[in-house]
Order: sequence, then C-alpha cells, then structure tokens
Amino acid sequence: MPDAPGLELIAQDLNGVAEGSVLGTYHEHGQGCLIVEPDRILDVLRWLRDEPTQQYRFLSSLHGVDYLPAEPRFGVVYDLLNMPRIERLRVRAALADPGGEDLPEIDSCVELFPAAEFQEREVYDFFGIVFRGHPDLRRILMPEEYVGWPQRRDFPVGGEPVIFTRDEPVMPRWYE
Amino acid sequence: MKREKLRALSPLEEAPAPTDLRVRQIRARDLLRGDLEGPDLEQHVEESVLTTTMQKLTGWGRANSIFPATFGLACCAIEMMSIVSPRYDIARFGAENMRASPRQADMLILSGRVSIKMAPVCRRIYDQMLEPKWVVSMGACSSSGGMFSNYAVVQGADKFMPVDIHVPGCPPRPEALIYGFNKLQKMILGNPDPGWRRRYNAAGTEEWAREATGDASKEEIEAYEAARDLTATHEAARSRATRGGRA
Repeated sequence: MPDAPGLELIAQDLNGVAEGSVLGTYHEHGQGCLIVEPDRILDVLRWLRDEPTQQYRFLSSLHGVDYLPAEPRFGVVYDLLNMPRIERLRVRAALADPGGEDLPEIDSCVELFPAAEFQEREVYDFFGIVFRGHPDLRRILMPEEYVGWPQRRDFPVGGEPVIFTRDEPVMPRWYE
Repeated sequence: MKREKLRALSPLEEAPAPTDLRVRQIRARDLLRGDLEGPDLEQHVEESVLTTTMQKLTGWGRANSIFPATFGLACCAIEMMSIVSPRYDIARFGAENMRASPRQADMLILSGRVSIKMAPVCRRIYDQMLEPKWVVSMGACSSSGGMFSNYAVVQGADKFMPVDIHVPGCPPRPEALIYGFNKLQKMILGNPDPGWRRRYNAAGTEEWAREATGDASKEEIEAYEAARDLTATHEAARSRATRGGRA
C-alpha cells in the first residue's frame, strides 16, 4: 500500500500530468484513496496503469455508492491493484446528481480495463449512473423492463406488509 | 357399523383357517369352470372383489407415483435434495424419481425465494409440465417473500402460479417437506386435510373440493376417510367426538 506521504506524491505527480485532476486524498484503514474530478477519470486511470513507477494494471473492483444527504451525491469507486508489488489504491470519482430525470454521467473505462464492462453495467443497473462510451450499457441483474434504480437511498425498499392473526390485538380487524 | 365390517375384512387382523383357504380355493376353481352359482357366487364376489370408483383408483395411482421436477431455487433446495437420500427416503411414498425435464414431471417444488427475474422462468416450467400437475411452495420465501421483503423478490409464489401446498419453515426440515408431501398425496386422493377448517369448524367452505372429489356427499367423504385411516382410528374418533361436541 502507498503510505500517506506516498499517496501525496502520487497526487502531486497526477496534478503535474493532468492539471486539477485530483481533488483530495485520504488515508484510512491502511489504504489510500484519491478523490478525482469525474471528467478527468480516464486520464488518471491511464496514468496509474501505464506510468512505469505506478503500474496499477489490475482493476479488482468497480462499484457505485450513494451518499444521499452529502454533496456530491454519487461516487464511483475504482479499486486498483499493482500485482508485482501487491499494492492497492482506491480512486473515487465524486458525481453530482443532475436532478430530475437526468442521470449522472461519467466516462467508461472499458477501453482501459475490459473487466469493467459487467461491473459498469451493474453500477448502471443499481444506481443509474451512465457510463459514456460503454459498448453495451443495459441492466445486468434486474429485468430489462424494470423501472427505477433500486440501490439508491431514496428508492423504496419494497415488499409488502404481512399481518398475522397474532397481530389482531394491535391492529383490530386488519383484514377489512 | 361400517368400520367394524372393514376391520373384520382386514387381512391384518387374523389369518384365515386352512380349511377356509381350501374352501376359497375350490370356489375359485368352480368360478373358472363356470360352475359357481347362487349364494356361493355372491360370497365369492364379496370376498375377492374390491369396488371403488375410477376417480379414486386414478387418484390412488397418481398420489403414489409422483415424479418431482429437478428444480432448485435457493437454500431450501439443499433440504429438498436430501429428501431423496436414504436417511429421509421419499421413495417410501413413491416420489424418488426426480425428472430433469418438466415434460416428465408431475410436481414442482418451489424451493427458495423467487426473484422477479426468475418468476417468468418458474411460470414457464410450470406451463410446460403436463396435466395433472401440482406445486409445493417450500419455505417462507416462496410462500410469502419471507425475510426478503424488498424490490427484487416476488412476495409469494401464488401471485404467478397456483400452489397446492405451502410448507412453512426457513428452511423447512426434510421431514416437514415430506409431511407436506403426504398432505399433497391426501389431496390427490380426494381426501384433503382440512387443516384450519377442522379447528374452526369450517368444513365445506373449500372452493375446489367439489371438483376434486366429484360431487361426493359428506358421508361418502367421511366413509372414505375412515377406510383410509384404518390405522389411525383413535385419532379419527377423537376428532369426530370434538366435532360432535361442538355441534
């Protein structure tokens, strides 16, 4: 793992290569995280993959997060792994909610990491984050005709209330 | 009393004397020769012919040779798989032959939660099965959604297919599934278990009973039940006593 000063060095180098791409860093639980500008995400990932001193060539996970009360609301998290040094680095793109029916958008990284294809479809399926340039952006787990983005925090949990006869004292004549 | 007559005829009670056997043998020989007439013929028919209706006979055959479909949905499927093992052995009830094709299966066990993406698949498998067919909903999830009260799981499989038996549990033990299967067998025989209707004195409110039993009167159903439950006479007598006491 890059330690806290190492993480700062990576952020510094990245800001040198792609101006203004890194918005912040934090280091906790022994793992560093770069918070990056969503529009520069491909520059950041490409540099981390191809730069000879970095070589984070393996995308071990790509996932979405919804931090609803916070702004910006959405996050797309890329967990990178440097196989020779066994070092992990997390890159997070913070996406604002455009509001209304519009969906947040970010560039697809399938051209850099082909393994991201299904994971980006999953993030689209559950959070409604659109990946620009994805070859086949469809729902992957929910049925294709499903409406809504079920893992968002403001999505209703669903299900049906089940009332048992033992609840009769609490809710008298519930069956009517 | 009908029951006492049945018991007298039951071969388990006492073995016939050797002379009786010899008499029957001679009578059978005479019948084949065409010499048997009058009261002897009457007695021979009464002793050697079992009368029933075609419906009961086919029901008996169907109930005792059910082919379940090899179809597992979730963790309940592990319990379902073990019912064919030697320890639980559903072969005792004639249903050990799991068929991999819905075309050859009679019974579908919905063993686990049905997600909304899986529901059309389940329905399609059910539609592909040939009549007569039965569905057992196994466990809380397929009966009511269970703990998965969320956006992805169908809240009860009877929203998209007819279910005959619901087996409660999370997951039900294999014994529970076999018990539910025995209830299904009773249902196929035209002698369904009244369940809560026995407790609440609500016999006759079933919407399908008339069709399944073919316009049988209440007395006929009870006589049939008594004949089938010969081994559980004390239980039947007790329930009849409580029913009489309430009425």
